Amino acid sequence: MKPSAFDYVRVDCADEAVEILAEQGDEARILAGGQSLMPMLNMRMAQPKVIVDISRAEDLAAARVDGAALAVRAAVTQATVERRARLADEVPMLAQALPHLGHFQTRNRGTVCGSIAHADPSAELPLCLAVLGGEVVLRSRARRRTLQAEAFFLGALATARDPTEIVEEVRFPLALAAERYGFVEIAMRHGDFAIVGLAVIVSAAAIRVGVSGVADRPWIVRWPRLTGDELDAALDRLAWDVGARDDQHASGEYRRHLVRTLGRRLIEELQ
Amino acid sequence: MRRMASGLRHRIELTLNGVRRAGECEPRMLLSDFLRQELGATGVHVGCEHGVCGACTVRINGVTQRSCLALAVGTEGQSVQTVEGLAGPEGALSDLQRAFRRHHALQCGFCTPGILLSASEFLERVPQPTERQVRELLSGHLCRCTGYTPIVAAILAVAAERVGRKGDA
Amino acid sequence: MNERVVPQPVGTAQAPWTGQPIERREDAALLTGTGRFADDLGTRPGTLHAAFARSPYAHAQVRGIDAAAALGMSGVRAVLTGVDVKRWAAPFVVGVKAPMEHWCLAVDKVRYVGEPVAVVVAEDRYLAEDALESIKVDYEPLPAVVDVESAIAPNAPILHEGVASNVVNDRSFAYGDPDAAFASAPRRVRLKVRYPRNSCTPIECFVVVAEHLAGDEGYDVLANFMGPFSLHAVMALALKVPAAKLRLRVPRDSGGSFGVKQAVFAYVVALCLASRKAGAPVKWVEDRLEHLLAATSATGRVATIEAAVQPDGRISALAYDQLDDCGGYLRAPEPATFYRMHGCLTGAYDIRHLKVRNRVVLTNKTPAGLVRGFGGPQVYFALERLMQRIAVELGLDPLDVYRRNFIRAEAFPYEAAAGALIDSGDYHAGLDLAAQQGGLVELLARCAQARAEGRLYGIGYAAIVEPSISNMGYITTLMPAEARARAGPKNGAIASATVGIDLLGSVSVVVASVPQGQGHMTVLAQVVADVFALKPDEIAVNVELDTQKDAWSVASGNYSSRFAGAVAGTVHLAAAKLRAKLAQIAAAQLGCAAAAVMFDGGKVFARDTPDKALPFARVASGAHWAPALLPKGMDPGLRETVFWTPDQLAAPDERDRVNTSAAYGFGFDICAVEIDRDTGRVRIERYVTLHDAGRLLNPALADGQIRGGFAQGLGAALMEEFRYSADGAFLSATFADYLVPTAMEVPEPMILHMETASPFTPLGAKGIGEGSNMSTPVCIANAIADALGAGVDPERIVLPLTPSKILSLLGVPDPVPARSRQAEAHAAPSVDAELAATRPSGSWTRVLRWLGIAQ
Repeated sequence: MKPSAFDYVRVDCADEAVEILAEQGDEARILAGGQSLMPMLNMRMAQPKVIVDISRAEDLAAARVDGAALAVRAAVTQATVERRARLADEVPMLAQALPHLGHFQTRNRGTVCGSIAHADPSAELPLCLAVLGGEVVLRSRARRRTLQAEAFFLGALATARDPTEIVEEVRFPLALAAERYGFVEIAMRHGDFAIVGLAVIVSAAAIRVGVSGVADRPWIVRWPRLTGDELDAALDRLAWDVGARDDQHASGEYRRHLVRTLGRRLIEELQ
Repeated sequence: MRRMASGLRHRIELTLNGVRRAGECEPRMLLSDFLRQELGATGVHVGCEHGVCGACTVRINGVTQRSCLALAVGTEGQSVQTVEGLAGPEGALSDLQRAFRRHHALQCGFCTPGILLSASEFLERVPQPTERQVRELLSGHLCRCTGYTPIVAAILAVAAERVGRKGDA
Repeated sequence: MNERVVPQPVGTAQAPWTGQPIERREDAALLTGTGRFADDLGTRPGTLHAAFARSPYAHAQVRGIDAAAALGMSGVRAVLTGVDVKRWAAPFVVGVKAPMEHWCLAVDKVRYVGEPVAVVVAEDRYLAEDALESIKVDYEPLPAVVDVESAIAPNAPILHEGVASNVVNDRSFAYGDPDAAFASAPRRVRLKVRYPRNSCTPIECFVVVAEHLAGDEGYDVLANFMGPFSLHAVMALALKVPAAKLRLRVPRDSGGSFGVKQAVFAYVVALCLASRKAGAPVKWVEDRLEHLLAATSATGRVATIEAAVQPDGRISALAYDQLDDCGGYLRAPEPATFYRMHGCLTGAYDIRHLKVRNRVVLTNKTPAGLVRGFGGPQVYFALERLMQRIAVELGLDPLDVYRRNFIRAEAFPYEAAAGALIDSGDYHAGLDLAAQQGGLVELLARCAQARAEGRLYGIGYAAIVEPSISNMGYITTLMPAEARARAGPKNGAIASATVGIDLLGSVSVVVASVPQGQGHMTVLAQVVADVFALKPDEIAVNVELDTQKDAWSVASGNYSSRFAGAVAGTVHLAAAKLRAKLAQIAAAQLGCAAAAVMFDGGKVFARDTPDKALPFARVASGAHWAPALLPKGMDPGLRETVFWTPDQLAAPDERDRVNTSAAYGFGFDICAVEIDRDTGRVRIERYVTLHDAGRLLNPALADGQIRGGFAQGLGAALMEEFRYSADGAFLSATFADYLVPTAMEVPEPMILHMETASPFTPLGAKGIGEGSNMSTPVCIANAIADALGAGVDPERIVLPLTPSKILSLLGVPDPVPARSRQAEAHAAPSVDAELAATRPSGSWTRVLRWLGIAQ
């Protein structure tokens, strides 16, 4: 379990990183925290020619409130965001979700943007970003563009990022007074990827529900406020629409059940 | 920008347990292998090489993380602490190490170095943890021998001792 | 018979060290990163590194291997293949007589995913792995058979053509008159159960450093092997060298084993040959993917168990029909999973009539082997689930069923129907103690309350007999009595120990127990300190093993919970022998009889003249510096080696009765669980575990064994399983797929002890290392079955009881809504199909879950 050979470049700023990507394209991989990439390198599931280490790029090191969003730059660790003194007010969904993400020891090193770029369909951060309607800022040598999260996630480990781009920043919308946020996850063990994760936003007029762990990407639906039988029916449709399948840890039937029961529990708590 | 070509061994320097050290490695060499094979820190144990078991956990610039998920070249110039750096002068065991021995918090001892490093940072951040917090911390480590409870007890005991010592001062 | 064994009185005022929960001497090194694990030890300059090419197919013909490209790569020094293996080695000897061969590398066919087909030897591990990708193996895939019941079907693909069946051994036994007992029984209770393949997965994987020696000197090997050293003979025979020319060294520290590191032996042979091919020492450190995929597994079992029962729950006869899933090869010590437990298949119960059919089955999966509990989890999952069913079907209190069937305290030593001579115990008292101290009345009240509120709450029990110190002859039970007579008897469990005193009078102990974290050094220092009335700190203990220099024998090693009873006992005997010699020497100097020589507080004196004491070190050192002072006729030297075997371990008799172990402990567990209806998650509210392991040598270490076994048993009950797809692809090759419990999932059990000494071991101690692995899985399953209620088919209580499985047992309504856009999602390609589709590229299943694709 050792990586195949690669050149290593440690950049001091984002400009240098995108310069290398412009030359190398998909022969290069960005290494930020490495908590997703390094296992793939060790198992030789990824065999890039060049590793671009952005962990010390000074212009990618900050997370800050920028307008109506918490903007998290590419080298910011999950632990840094988790330990923000006001995170529960700024982005309560993240405050609820981050403790489920791996462990203290992996959040210390793993980055927020890295998890978004990796796009594991069971992961917590893509679900949060998608349900919140957040944005992904992509940067190449030629341009910078901003995508809505739902447009960014294309499938299991598949995103709209071009090989010449880095995920420079992700932007989580700040909490609105009129909205309430809830996150719940069932995993086989604490810190595992979700069997089913649910993120719910309830406002005066609407409910937004995101599901992870079932479809090949975060699955988002928007409903008007529903209660009682209507809510049950909507959750049942969602449970089927999301396309649950069997794997070695849980059946599709179980996943549908969790969407129904956890969804109902969570939405009722928030309404 | 620092560039290192594949297939060649590059000299890197870092601080290991407070001592400036240097060694050579290919860009692809894992930090866990570098610490063990180049610098002789064999207390860094390798249990899974995919970041789950936690045996190889070290502190880099004070931050606890998996050395199997880090490249040696990525720690150039940084400060790494391993289990070899936990004891005091002349090998006196730290309070955490003593508590592990007192509570029989280890059997084969293979996962122990990583747990000690995690616990050392954790107690700095959370000086008075609850049992649940300690268990959450430990969930990043797999131990097959102890059933975990003696480890929980050892960490809670150290937290209580340290609070007690502060109270005395 | 049940009185406590008092430690040898030596005239000491000091309370015995044995029995005290002292801190471990192992810990200082382990806590400072200075332990000596196999991968920490230096190798000779020029040592090369190995990586294994492994089969991506569960079953295939190997038509050829082309290593030319790999050999041309930078740093690659050799590639070992089946061609070399056939030239230099022999197949492993197998426990049953059948025309099938198992070599250390595949020679003609592969029979499981992960089977080694070639070894690349290179200048470092990175380079060796680089070359793996260039090894071209020409496979012709064959149909695979994964499920043990499918494997015995008439049209199943055959793994070993020479056998013409996947059933490689089929034995039936009858003890007493079971047919008559069943015919006359008013009730029969029957249950079919399955036990999954799983493993205790030590955190340190296998390590081997092998060197082929010049001049026909054989091989020198360092490996974190754990025994049994009977396997040394298997290795030597495979390497075609005399045992004396296979020098096997085992380091001081080993990062857990739990039986598993027994299986490193096959790699020892492969790496010896790799060293021969490369002309240099070769080192291999197994990685986690290799370990989970191909190291070993507990034996999967499908068992049908039936009891003939009286209306009050009394069992008159028991019948087992068992299929063991041993994987692609019958690798030593299999099929011992069956026979380790054979003598005590009637468990803790007085059942005189017993019928057994054991079929050993091969499937396209990793070969099975030792995993902590070895045979016990499988047997007790059947027997103790059946005990619960008897209570349910007869409408009895389960505790009454236990009490009516337990062997009575006055019956010990009790000869069980199949031959176990159960040495000592008081099972009724154990049950009462567990119920009282464990607060069973309160738990039952909580259970009633919870159920009244509509919650899913249940209580389970398990009673086990924990065998320790295996009879090395038990495996021959599988041979018919006539064949056994022809082959000659096999029996015993020889332990060895050496105690010496050096020129300055310090005491040292050398044992062949190869510990993996159990604290042998600490306990042996306690035992020997008591013999010489010294302090444990004054006793040096060396647990490294060198087969060319140390005293060892067929049963050496760390398995079958043999340490406390056999190894510590033998050390005690060796120390006592040395003390007797020392007493003779001192008697001459003190002018008294040897029997009057006392040892206390580091002094030696005559009983009547304690004021004329000699320092222990002076008496001891005199024997080295001035042999003229020795009593006339006494041999010089202060070093005693004792070999001990329990007299009770005879070979199987002509009626197939066998005393499978020297000592038998007792365990009784109570588990209370609540199940969340919404998520199917199980919360363990209380787990009570009572153990009677005879005399406890260090209670803190004993508790550590219980906690660890409990955590592993909990993992087996709730989450651990090696999973395969229908075509034999392996689905559990990372620690993100093979789930073991963390601190968040393991509660603290309430541990209770009794100490009924064994009359058959030198210190009265019995094993304690495996009982919780045997009892916990079934006790949790019984609690879950109780919580789920009578509506659930008992045969669907199958481990691991994951939340998903529990919800399906609860029968959650899951109607397809008419308006669903993607109701056809059901028809999406299955995970298995995807896995199969990716396999020919050589990319193993392991990564798919990691990548999230297997979602």
